Amino acid sequence: MAAPPSLRPIARRIRRLAGRLLFALLVAAIVTYTVFPFYWAIVASLKSGNELFSASLLPADPGWENYRAIFRDRPFARSILNSLLVATATVAVSLALAAAAAFALGRITFRGRGALLLAILAVSMFPQIAILAGLFELIRALGLYNNLLALVFSHLTFTLPFAVWVLTGFMREMPTALEEAAMIDGATPFVVLTRIFLPLLAPALVTTGLLTFIVSWNEFLFALTFTLTDDKRTVPVAIALITGASRFELPWGQIMAASVTVTLPLIALVLVFQRRIIAGLAAGAVKG
Amino acid sequence: MRLLSVLTVLLIAATPLGTSRAARLALACGSVGIEATLCRQSAEAWARQTGNTVDLVSTPSGSSARLALLQQLLAARSADIDVFQIDIVWPGMLAAHLLDLAGRVPPARLDATFPALVAANTVAGRLVALPWFTSAGLLYYRRDLLAKYHRPVPQTWAALQDTAAAIMQAERQAGTPRIWGYVFQARAYEGLTANALEWLDSHAAGRIVSADGRITVANPKAEAALAQAAAWVGTIAPKGVLNYAEEEARGVFQTGDAVFMRNWPYAWPLLNAPDSPVRGRVGIAMLPRGSDGGHHSATLGGEGLAISRYTNHPDEAASLLLHLTRRAAQKQRAIAAGFNPTLPDLYLDPDVLAANPFYRDLAATFANAVARPSVVTGPRYNQVSAEFWNAVHSVLAGRATAEDALARLDRTLHRVSRGEKW
Amino acid sequence: MVATPATRARRRQAWRYLLPMLAVLAAVAGWPLARTLWFALTDARLDTTGGYHLVGLDNFAYLAADRDWWIAVRNTLVFTAASVLLETLLGLVIALTLNARMRGRGLLRAAMLIPWAIPTVVSAQMWGWMLHDQFGVINALLLATGLIAEPQAWTADPNLALGAVIAVDVWKTTPFMALLLLAALQMLPPQLYEAGRVDGLGPLGAFRHITLPLIRPALMVAVIFRSLDAMRVFDLMYVLTGNSRASASMSIYAREQLIDFQDLGYGSAAATGLFTAVAAVTALLIIAGRVRLAAAPDRAA
Repeated sequence: MAAPPSLRPIARRIRRLAGRLLFALLVAAIVTYTVFPFYWAIVASLKSGNELFSASLLPADPGWENYRAIFRDRPFARSILNSLLVATATVAVSLALAAAAAFALGRITFRGRGALLLAILAVSMFPQIAILAGLFELIRALGLYNNLLALVFSHLTFTLPFAVWVLTGFMREMPTALEEAAMIDGATPFVVLTRIFLPLLAPALVTTGLLTFIVSWNEFLFALTFTLTDDKRTVPVAIALITGASRFELPWGQIMAASVTVTLPLIALVLVFQRRIIAGLAAGAVKG
Repeated sequence: MRLLSVLTVLLIAATPLGTSRAARLALACGSVGIEATLCRQSAEAWARQTGNTVDLVSTPSGSSARLALLQQLLAARSADIDVFQIDIVWPGMLAAHLLDLAGRVPPARLDATFPALVAANTVAGRLVALPWFTSAGLLYYRRDLLAKYHRPVPQTWAALQDTAAAIMQAERQAGTPRIWGYVFQARAYEGLTANALEWLDSHAAGRIVSADGRITVANPKAEAALAQAAAWVGTIAPKGVLNYAEEEARGVFQTGDAVFMRNWPYAWPLLNAPDSPVRGRVGIAMLPRGSDGGHHSATLGGEGLAISRYTNHPDEAASLLLHLTRRAAQKQRAIAAGFNPTLPDLYLDPDVLAANPFYRDLAATFANAVARPSVVTGPRYNQVSAEFWNAVHSVLAGRATAEDALARLDRTLHRVSRGEKW
Repeated sequence: MVATPATRARRRQAWRYLLPMLAVLAAVAGWPLARTLWFALTDARLDTTGGYHLVGLDNFAYLAADRDWWIAVRNTLVFTAASVLLETLLGLVIALTLNARMRGRGLLRAAMLIPWAIPTVVSAQMWGWMLHDQFGVINALLLATGLIAEPQAWTADPNLALGAVIAVDVWKTTPFMALLLLAALQMLPPQLYEAGRVDGLGPLGAFRHITLPLIRPALMVAVIFRSLDAMRVFDLMYVLTGNSRASASMSIYAREQLIDFQDLGYGSAAATGLFTAVAAVTALLIIAGRVRLAAAPDRAA
C-alpha cells in the first residue's frame, strides 16, 4: 500500500506470480489430501493375502480377485441397485417437499415462520440412535420392516430438514423483482415457483440433491436396523457385513474393492452433474 | 411426480410376495466364507431330508451389532428369525425370548457335551441354547525364536514377561527393529474382558462376580494382576495394543512382529496358511499362570444355536438345530474349518486330530475354560462387562492405578446389581 | 404491515405449500421423538416385555451425577469446535479455489467429493487401517520423511485419539462445506466484483467486503448443519476408538446405555441430554451468526 507509484506494477507482478505458485501448491495439497486415502483403497483392493499388512505404495502383484469375489460370493450388484433406488427416491421426495416448503418459508411473510424453521431444525438435532426405537415401532406397525420403503421413510428424517433449510436460504436470495413482474402478468404462485424460481435455483437444487443423495447412499444405522435379508441390504450395510473365512477375520482387500466399486459411480455422478451446475450458472446470470 | 410413482412401483416390486408356507425357517449363522458354506450345506441337507425350506439371514460380523439386532427383533416379538447363532455370553441377556430346549434335546447329547458349556447356556433351569462350537484363550508363540534363544515355553506370566523382553531386545539388536514381545486384545470391548478375566483367574483373584452373585473383583491379587499387565504396555507390548482386537493382534504376530500372542483358536489355520510368513514356526500352549498360588486359565468362548420363542414352527426349528449340531456335523466342521467341537470324545478322534494336532495337548484347556459371569448377572451382563473392561482399560492406559480403578468398579457394580441382588 | 386481502391469501397459500412437508416430518420424526422424550421419564427397558413406571426426573439426576457423561460432553464439545472450525476454513479455501476459472475444474470437483462419497463405516475402517501403529501407511510415511522418530499409536493413545478422529472427520466432511459454499459463490453476481475493482479493492478486500457478507447466510447454514452433525458424532469414533470411555462422545454414551445395556429409560434421558446440548449450541450459533429466521426476502439483489 505504501509503495511509491513507480514500483507498483513490478510489485503487483511479483505478487501475482507468487500468488499463482501458491495457488498451484494449494490445489496440489487439496488433491493429495482428498485423493490419497482413496488411492490407498484402490491399492489395497488390488493386493491379496499378507501383502495387505505391508505399507508399500504400489501392489507388488496386482490382481482383480477381490473384485471378482464381491460379485461372485455375495449379491453385491443387488445391494447397489437397492442403494440407488433408496437414494433416488429419498432425493426425489425430499426435493419435491422441500422446494414447496422453501418457497413458502423463503418468499412469503407469515407469523410463526421463524419458529417453524427452528422446529424443523430441531428435528434434525436428535441423535439417530434416539429415534431408532420409536421409528422401529412405527415401521413394524406400518408393515414396512425389511422393505426398501422403510429406508426412504427413515432417511427423510434427516434429508428433509436439511433440504428445507438449504433451499429456504437460497430462495430468500432470489430477486423480488422477478416475482413481482410475473405476478403482474397474472402468474399464480405455482407458476412462479416452477417456471421462475426452480430453474434459477438449479445449482442449489443439484447441490442439495447431490448431498442428500450421498447422505442417503451412505446411511448405515437405519439401513442395518430396518432390513434383514440380503436382497434388501444397501451398500454400506453390505460392505459392513463382509466377513472373512472365520469370525474375526476381516477381508480388507474385498472391503476396499467394494468401497472403490461403489465410490466410482458417485464420482461419475458428480462429473455428469457438473454440466447441470454450469447450466444453472448460465441461467443465474440472466437475472441481472 | 411421474418419477416418483415409477420409483414407488420399483420399490414395491423389489419386495417379495409375503408368502408364509408351513415350514419355511429363517436361520442366522455365519455370513460368508467356510463358516457360511458349511452352515448352508448342512441346512440344505436338512431341508432336503425333511421337505422344509431354510432361508439364511446374514447378520453383522461385529458381535455387539449382532446382539443389538437380535435384541431388537426379539423385543418386538418378531418371528423374522427362527433359529440363530448366539455367543456364549448372551444366554443370560436373551433368555426371556428363547425357547426352552430341555425337552427337545436328547439327554444323551447333553451328557456327552462339556458340562461348562451346558451350564453357560442354562439360565434359571432352562436350557436356552445348544452349544455348537467352543473356544478358549490360548498362548501362541514363535517356536523358532524360543529355540534360537534356548527359552522354554513360559509357564508363569513373570516368565513370559522375562522371555518376551529378552528375545525382543536381542532380535531388535539383530536387525528386526519392529518386533515386540507380546500382543493381546486390550481395546475397550468384550475381548478385553476375556483377556483380563484370564489374568485375574490365573492369579486366583476370582472371576469378577462369583457364581452366587457376590462381587469379588476388588482384591489385592486382582490389583497385582492388573498392575502386572499394565507394565507390559509400552515395554513388551506396543502402546497400540490398547486399541487391538483379535485381528490387529494377529496382523502383528503373523507378519513376524511379535514373539507371543494371546488369541482364540481361529488364528491357527490362518497362521499356517500357505502365504503366512510365520507358517510352520508357531506353537500353541496354555496361557501362563500367576506366580504364587496361581493356575493356568483360559476364558471360555464359543457359540451355540438358539430358537426364538416367537417362532411359528418350534418343532421344525428344533429338528434343524439338532441336525446342525449333531456329532457328524461337528466333526466335519472341526476338520474343515477348525471349529472346536463341544463333545469331548471328538478330541480323541484320529481324523479330527490329524487336522488339529494341538487338540491332543489342549483338550483339558477347552474342558476347564472359565466362563465369564454372564449367567449370574443375566440381563445386566453387558453393563458389568463394560464397566469391567473400562476399568481395566484405564489401568492399562495409565490413567488410573489398579487399586483406585477396582475400588471404583466395585462401587459401580454394587449399584448396577442393586446390592448384589442382580 | 397491514394485512390486505391479497397478503392474507398469500399466507393461506404458504400453509398449502408447507403442509405436505410438515405432515411427512411429523410422521417420520415427530412421533419417534415424542416417544423418546416420554421414555426418558420412565424406567423402561428394551429387553423386558413387562411394563414400566414413571420415575420423574430420576434419570436426569443420575445423568448429571455421572462422571463418564461429563467426559463424553467435554469430548463432544472439543471435537465439534475443532472439526467444524477446521472444516469451515478448509472448505472456504477449497470453494474459492474451485470457483477460480481453470482447466480440469470438473475433475477437481469430483476428486474433492471422494471423501464424502465413501460410506463412513468404510472410511472409518480405512483410516483405522491407515492409522494402525504397526503396519499403517501414515506411520510408514511419517517415519520415512523423518517427521516422527518412532511409530505412534494414533488411535490407542488417549492423547492422540481425539486428534486422529478430528483429522478423519475433517477429511470426510470438508467436501460438504466446500460444495455448499461453492454453490453460494456461483450464485454471486460478477458485476459486484467489477464494481469492487473499480473502487480499488484488492482480492482480499473483495473477499472481505463482497464475498463474505454475501455468502454468510449459506455459510451459517452449512456451519449449523455441520455442528449438528458433529455433536452427534458416532460411527467414526465407534470404529476408530471403540467404546473407550476416555474418548467416547455423547452419542456413544447414549448408544451404550440404550442398545448395549438395553436401558431405554436412561438411554432416552442421555439422548435427550444430547438433544438439549445440540439445541443450546445451535441457538448460540444462530444468535452469534445473526442468522435471519423471519426476515423478508432480500430486496437488495
